[in-house]
Amino acid sequence: MKKKLGIGKAFLYVILVLYAIVTMIPFLWALSSSFKTLEEIVSGTISFIPKHFTFDNYKQIFIEQQLFPRWLFNSVIIAVTVTLLNLLFNSMAGYALARLQFPGKKPLFIIILAVLMIPAQVTMIPNYLILKQLGWLNSYQGMIVPTMINATFIFMMRQFFINFPKELEEAAALDGLSRIGTFFRIVLPLARPALAAQAIFVFMGSWNDFMRPLIILSDPELFTLPLGLNSFKGQYISYWNYIMAASMVFTLPVLVIYIFFNRYFIKGISFTGGK
Amino acid sequence: MRKKAWCEAGTGYLLLSPTLFVLLLFIIGPILFAIFLAFHKVQLLGTTTFEFVGFDNFKRMTGDLRAKIALWNTVKYVVIVVPCQTMLALVLAATLNAGLKGQKFFRIVYFLPTLTSSAVLTLIFMWMYNQNGLINDLLQAVGLPTYNWLGDPKVALNAIMVMNIWSTAPFFMVIYLAALQDIPDSLYEAAELDGANAIQKFWYVTVPYLRPVTSFVVIMGLIGTFQLFDQSYIFSAGSGGPNNSTLTVVLLIYQYAFKTLGTMGYAAALAFALAIIILIATLVQRRFSKEESLY
Repeated sequence: MKKKLGIGKAFLYVILVLYAIVTMIPFLWALSSSFKTLEEIVSGTISFIPKHFTFDNYKQIFIEQQLFPRWLFNSVIIAVTVTLLNLLFNSMAGYALARLQFPGKKPLFIIILAVLMIPAQVTMIPNYLILKQLGWLNSYQGMIVPTMINATFIFMMRQFFINFPKELEEAAALDGLSRIGTFFRIVLPLARPALAAQAIFVFMGSWNDFMRPLIILSDPELFTLPLGLNSFKGQYISYWNYIMAASMVFTLPVLVIYIFFNRYFIKGISFTGGK
Repeated sequence: MRKKAWCEAGTGYLLLSPTLFVLLLFIIGPILFAIFLAFHKVQLLGTTTFEFVGFDNFKRMTGDLRAKIALWNTVKYVVIVVPCQTMLALVLAATLNAGLKGQKFFRIVYFLPTLTSSAVLTLIFMWMYNQNGLINDLLQAVGLPTYNWLGDPKVALNAIMVMNIWSTAPFFMVIYLAALQDIPDSLYEAAELDGANAIQKFWYVTVPYLRPVTSFVVIMGLIGTFQLFDQSYIFSAGSGGPNNSTLTVVLLIYQYAFKTLGTMGYAAALAFALAIIILIATLVQRRFSKEESLY
């Protein structure tokens, strides 16, 4: 019996290790390519360890493409603003839908649920025309304003606040705090786990978004990282050492954040995953 | 009392005002606008002009060969990727949940692709798929045939499928992992008493218990895969090539809307067609999983 268990365990470990290798290979290959010379890249030999280890690719991409720091800045500004606004607005909406009574509440909630079902492609074209009319193409606000709320997370926050103990708010009301005051001072600070989960998803979504910037940004100065990376690839298509170096530069910050906060990522998914 | 109710309603609207603003201007307004566009020919030159064309945009789809190719590619992609990523996610989750040492480490590693942007992942894979790149070298090393992954219309879409199964499965794995923690031990103990082995326990206890989660994962998968765009776009530099083999419905919508002149209305009509297809696929899935759960 004991021996059989051992074999089973070994088998599971083999699966786990094999899949870990499958997961890591693309990243390691990209990382090693980013330290190789063009000669070695072109020669097509498999070696994860560069023959002539070089940092030149990393230096060179910043010389060839001076907009890289600018793209990083754009991405940070947009993703951070979108995240903060989403946290605030989705929570406000979720709280109102969970706790307050007002005419039109039910239809509004149904509309928000219905919006969840509409694929982004339907609103993409009219959105472009509206932003064009507003003069918001090629602008931060064109990237930020349409994405500053999110139906999924309004729904999630409503579910969260519905299960929130009412007694706390009643006590705050007795102490003479207004509804808005209660929301900001009592309720919101206690919603931290839900907010953390939301923050991660909104940030990742905005940071990695490719389609929206592709449509509304045409000025290279305003590109976000994914878009900039794509245009960089267009220019240096056979210089895979540069392209991999650029890819790594953009991936490392997220990886570092992930290594420190991976707990919240996993929690966040379980939170949105039907619970 | 009356005043209090008013006050509450006012607070409610105040808290909802940013949501209402975005909802009206960028979601509900655009949906209505999209319906309008679908029945018009749109010209963007100088000032935007709209010409009413009735159902022309919808009729046009039936004769549009590229639309058929795009739909065929997308359906092929969905039908292969959704089951594969769901099964892979379930197997990985079950393996991770077996209570082995180091499972936290493996979970952290597995989750990496989900974090990385689609642009970066696509570039890394294009590099690996290169004619004398890593994947062909590995295939050759074990004696399998090599392919021109990026340039051969027969395999280009498969290359994207493999990449996306690899990158989305871990996300669903985490959803499964959360659900696995809820399965009561007593179920497994009962199965053990009945003499079930590990595979039987997985098949007769884990899989049925997770059915509602699977339904959720499949629906999310359907919605996501039908909207494939980033990877096809980057892979083919926006063309859907080689020979339309990576052309997806959303990429086609993008091309008609923003790359060719005078076809924006047609693109809006295609977007509605896609929304309806996704809706039907989701409903079919629902139906299917309900019927299954009768047994």
